[in-house]
Amino acid sequence: MSTLRLDLENYRDLLEEYVRTKDERALYQAEQFSKQSMQQNISPEEIINIHLRSLQEIYPEMPQLILDSFDFLMETMMSYGLAYQEFQSLREKQLELKSEIAVAANMQKTLLSTVKPEMEGLDIGAMSVPSKQMNGDYHHFVMDDEGSLGVAVADVIGKGVPAALCMSMIKYAMDSFPELRMDPKYILGSLNRVVERNVDSNMFITMMYGMYNTEDHTFSYSSAGHEPGFYYSKARDEFEEFSAPGLVLGVSEDSMYEQRQKQVEKGDMIVLLTDGVTECRKGDEFIEQEEILEVIRDNKDLPSQEIVENVYKYFERLQDFQLRDDFTLIVLKRDV
Amino acid sequence: MKDQSCVYIKKEWDIVAARQMGRDIAIKVGFGTVDQARIATAISELARNIYLYAGAGKICFEAIETVQKKGINIKAIDEGPGISDLAQVMEDGYSTSGGLGAGLPGVKRLMDEFDIISKSGEGTTIESTKWLR
Repeated sequence: MSTLRLDLENYRDLLEEYVRTKDERALYQAEQFSKQSMQQNISPEEIINIHLRSLQEIYPEMPQLILDSFDFLMETMMSYGLAYQEFQSLREKQLELKSEIAVAANMQKTLLSTVKPEMEGLDIGAMSVPSKQMNGDYHHFVMDDEGSLGVAVADVIGKGVPAALCMSMIKYAMDSFPELRMDPKYILGSLNRVVERNVDSNMFITMMYGMYNTEDHTFSYSSAGHEPGFYYSKARDEFEEFSAPGLVLGVSEDSMYEQRQKQVEKGDMIVLLTDGVTECRKGDEFIEQEEILEVIRDNKDLPSQEIVENVYKYFERLQDFQLRDDFTLIVLKRDV
Repeated sequence: MKDQSCVYIKKEWDIVAARQMGRDIAIKVGFGTVDQARIATAISELARNIYLYAGAGKICFEAIETVQKKGINIKAIDEGPGISDLAQVMEDGYSTSGGLGAGLPGVKRLMDEFDIISKSGEGTTIESTKWLR
């Protein structure tokens, strides 16, 4: 569509054509006129004015009372024009905010990045996808000198930017711990004190921390009110839930965490996740836990990273490609 | 100040008197119907603010003429509680979301120049000008 001239003369001609022919084509032109006027920030009162002046030119005999009625119409339309201008400026502001959040999200990605280690005897798969721009989930891998793998999965109760900021603190608290091997229960105990002291009392963090020893293939873990993990036993071809008692981080200064241990056999899998996975919904219904485990079981012979990706693809589709909560899933599989 | 005329705002119908006086001056200055409607709407907003939040105050008008241009200057003066957060009332969406109309950002859009001075407990003065093009 070529650009219309947004002037009185053109409007008058279109109006005259329409009144004469009652032709749809002229109405279509009016629609174009309206759209282009909006692009040029021409307000409704100006359109009314153009209409009035066109009428005066086409019908010089127009009674004064009809002409006067346009003043009335113009006043009536003033607020609409202002509301439209306000909408425009709010939309610009919204775009600005969006791009600011995008920058923040990017920064968060860099801050919270963790390298998935390549290990002899343990096949690791991990994926964390935020439902909005900022991620309120967090996962972290750390290797110690003796070949043990520390793995953390955490979820802030709360979403969006505040949750994401909170997670950055957790990451730096963990980085500041001494480099020696620490048991999961001590790590959670220390983090609990950091969170209790530094985070608003209505923000809570759940975390599961695990330590995989590659020498004797034991997995020790503690939980701070986190979503239970799943342990897959190859021998029994069965999943079982595992967790350990412990309060959510930040509730009480002197929370103690219990530590438990599992002996991991060849082909066994440890599945760690956040509630974005287990509370994934199909429409209004929550999906059954069995459904998740079924997908993992169907994929169990693939490399861990592919298992994780396939589970994600499955749930993304279930939720019509719009995650309702941040999704984090980690699979550790003993392969030798 | 010369040629300054004021309307005192105490009741809702004083808003109408302020619009009328503003429109008469706008016509004299030479504003067309569209700009007259804009000026009247701006006056309504200013007068309504006085009526709703300050209780009483006045709107003063002045036709101004310099070598290059002509225009109308509107002052809204009250001795009400004052506005503690000017940034907030000048923010889009603040007054409109409460259903209070176009608000001060609307006045700023309708006019060409806009200035506001407010002291907590002492009152608010808003000055706005529209130039004839």
